[in-house]
Amino acid sequence: MSDVKVETKGSKRKTGLPFIDCDIHNEVPSPEALKPYLSQRWRQYMEMVGTRTYHGYAQHIPYPKGNAGGTRQDAWPPNGGIPGSDLNFMREQLLDPLNMEIGILNCLYRVAEQLNDEFSAALARAVNDWQMAEWLDKEPRLRASIVIPYENAEFAVEEIHRVASHPGFVQVLFLPRTREPLGRRKYWKIYEAAENHGLPIAIHFAGLGGNAITSHGFPSYYIEDHTTMAQAFQCQVISLVCEGVFERFPGLRVALLEGGFAWMPSLMWRLDQQWKRLHAEVPFLKRKPSEYIREHMRVTTQPMEEPPKLEYLMQAIEWLGSEEMLMFSTDYPHWDYDSPELAFPAKFPIELKKKIFYDNARAFYRFG
Amino acid sequence: MEKDLVVKTRVGVIDCDVHHAVPSMAALYPYLSERWRDYVKEHNIKSLEPNYYPRGNPLSARPGSEPSSGALPGSDLGLLQRQVLEPWNVQYAILHCLYGVQMIHNEDLAVQVAQAVNDWQMAEWLEKDSRLRASIVVPSQNPQRAAEEIHRVGKHPGFVSVLLLVRSEKPYGKRYYWPIYEAAEQYGLTVGIHAGGVTGYPIMPVGWPSHYIEDYVSHAQAFQSQLISLVSEGVFVKFPRLRVVMMESGFTWVPSLMWRFDKNWKGLRREIPWVDRLPSEVIRDHIRFTLQPLDEPPKPEILLKVIEQMGSDEMLLFSSDYPHWHYDEREDALPAGLPADLERKILFENARAVYRF
Repeated sequence: MSDVKVETKGSKRKTGLPFIDCDIHNEVPSPEALKPYLSQRWRQYMEMVGTRTYHGYAQHIPYPKGNAGGTRQDAWPPNGGIPGSDLNFMREQLLDPLNMEIGILNCLYRVAEQLNDEFSAALARAVNDWQMAEWLDKEPRLRASIVIPYENAEFAVEEIHRVASHPGFVQVLFLPRTREPLGRRKYWKIYEAAENHGLPIAIHFAGLGGNAITSHGFPSYYIEDHTTMAQAFQCQVISLVCEGVFERFPGLRVALLEGGFAWMPSLMWRLDQQWKRLHAEVPFLKRKPSEYIREHMRVTTQPMEEPPKLEYLMQAIEWLGSEEMLMFSTDYPHWDYDSPELAFPAKFPIELKKKIFYDNARAFYRFG
Repeated sequence: MEKDLVVKTRVGVIDCDVHHAVPSMAALYPYLSERWRDYVKEHNIKSLEPNYYPRGNPLSARPGSEPSSGALPGSDLGLLQRQVLEPWNVQYAILHCLYGVQMIHNEDLAVQVAQAVNDWQMAEWLEKDSRLRASIVVPSQNPQRAAEEIHRVGKHPGFVSVLLLVRSEKPYGKRYYWPIYEAAEQYGLTVGIHAGGVTGYPIMPVGWPSHYIEDYVSHAQAFQSQLISLVSEGVFVKFPRLRVVMMESGFTWVPSLMWRFDKNWKGLRREIPWVDRLPSEVIRDHIRFTLQPLDEPPKPEILLKVIEQMGSDEMLLFSSDYPHWHYDEREDALPAGLPADLERKILFENARAVYRF
């Protein structure tokens, strides 16, 4: 968004609230950067076939974003790379001036969307090795999500076991546009592995999926694709709860990243209401759906909800029924970045802000 | 409570979502030409009853709404009069027939069945009780032919709406569907979008869920993306008099959707320059929601705040959604604790403004 330039290089935060950023994007600069981490077989495959996902473009994407890369215009690093690809520039623009204690990287490289499961698994290994070597081992303030080929649970579990012992990895990453709803048994082995390693799973906003973004096909515009993503998140919540995932994996924690949160109370009410009428269909659910959500799920704040009045924002948070559910995120370097200085209205209660900025994420990720 | 109800309903409520049921294909024989009667018989099409209200499912039928004959709930006019029209002192009840016309792959058959259903609605419902109104069932598979059906019956005073189902073959904002809106606007008909329909896309943007409860709950998300489509594509710029009523959609999600949509519009409006004001304003001017099923918050005062957040007290229309079972006692169809003027608006004033009564 070119007309809202919120944080320029070197600007200092005014408040001293400790601060955990639950959503930063480290970008693979180009497929070339992954080649050192791919075996000969998959380097060859990448050169011969390359990436094949759910759409038909070689260079383009079906819903072109509002600007190049969908990033902040000031986030292009001086080395000529793409936003989010240069650690030094990220330090200079984000970590240092914001005085950030911990930042969690979510690498959105298209791994699980690959149509070839084995290539998908090879890419996941490469991306995670790249994350360890180029980010985690170089910058102690950073943590990262394990990228997995989640459409093939067997391969995904292998990858979790391979890298979970690295202290920099703090969760397992999904994108919301899965082939099947995430509550389905197809994915349960992944939850089992995550639970065994004490890792939460995260679901992060991202376009492109094998299924249309609506129950009625593909819309025309990026603004629709972007706005409708909240409905994809809502459906994942419905599925995870109603399929009994949290009964089967009582230790599983789920973070919803960049999906919004103001819709959550309404969804809780609707689920609870229908559960009253239809619980006989899902007898394995022992509690109201909203209770599973409050206990197991967390949501990040960016892009911050902006109702016309502050009191509406406070109501939406109150209706979550928990002050522990919200965790702050900037979404650096994307266009709809939230600044920790400006994302919250001036009159936002300071105690709650402390929880959102720090305490909730620290408890959820079990940071010391 | 009974006295209270009498006071509330003295003027007579307008029930904007009531379902009558086609008992069987045979009931439509009198309204089908010989060619299509033969077709239906030869191909052994006995019923187009949709599966989104399974008969054994408690949500599908209120206790007592099944006729003693064992016929489908909603198929008996007398029972519907006794269970809906009389107790609520209904001025008007708007019938929406959910027979599976929109799911037929054979477009010609869909056109014929839609015509037959509309003729059946006129003969067996609208002309038998002056309190009844109905929506026109259209073959939405082919919007041009859907518009023709609107032209065929749109002047009948009993029809006040055109029925679409929320799960369509494309998002409803697309120009593909505009002939339907053009015809609806011409006859002063609202467009009613109701839960239901199966066109091949999963109900969830993330694939097919396992359970009925997931399917039912996630209809709210289907409505949300239809609403986003209608506004983004500029339907209400092209058809400024058009009103859309979302039925059995829930509505407590509306404020959060408005906030998200407005915020995205501020950042991305250059992509849809014909949307020249906040999406929330367009929604408030053109879109209405029926009351049931009410995704009821844990406290009544929260619901009042949700309605305040919607930014308009003109958006909600009373509905019983008969014979679907959402509330236990009749009084519970209307949320408790509403201020009297809001109650009046929900019970009949808002509907009067939207439909041509």
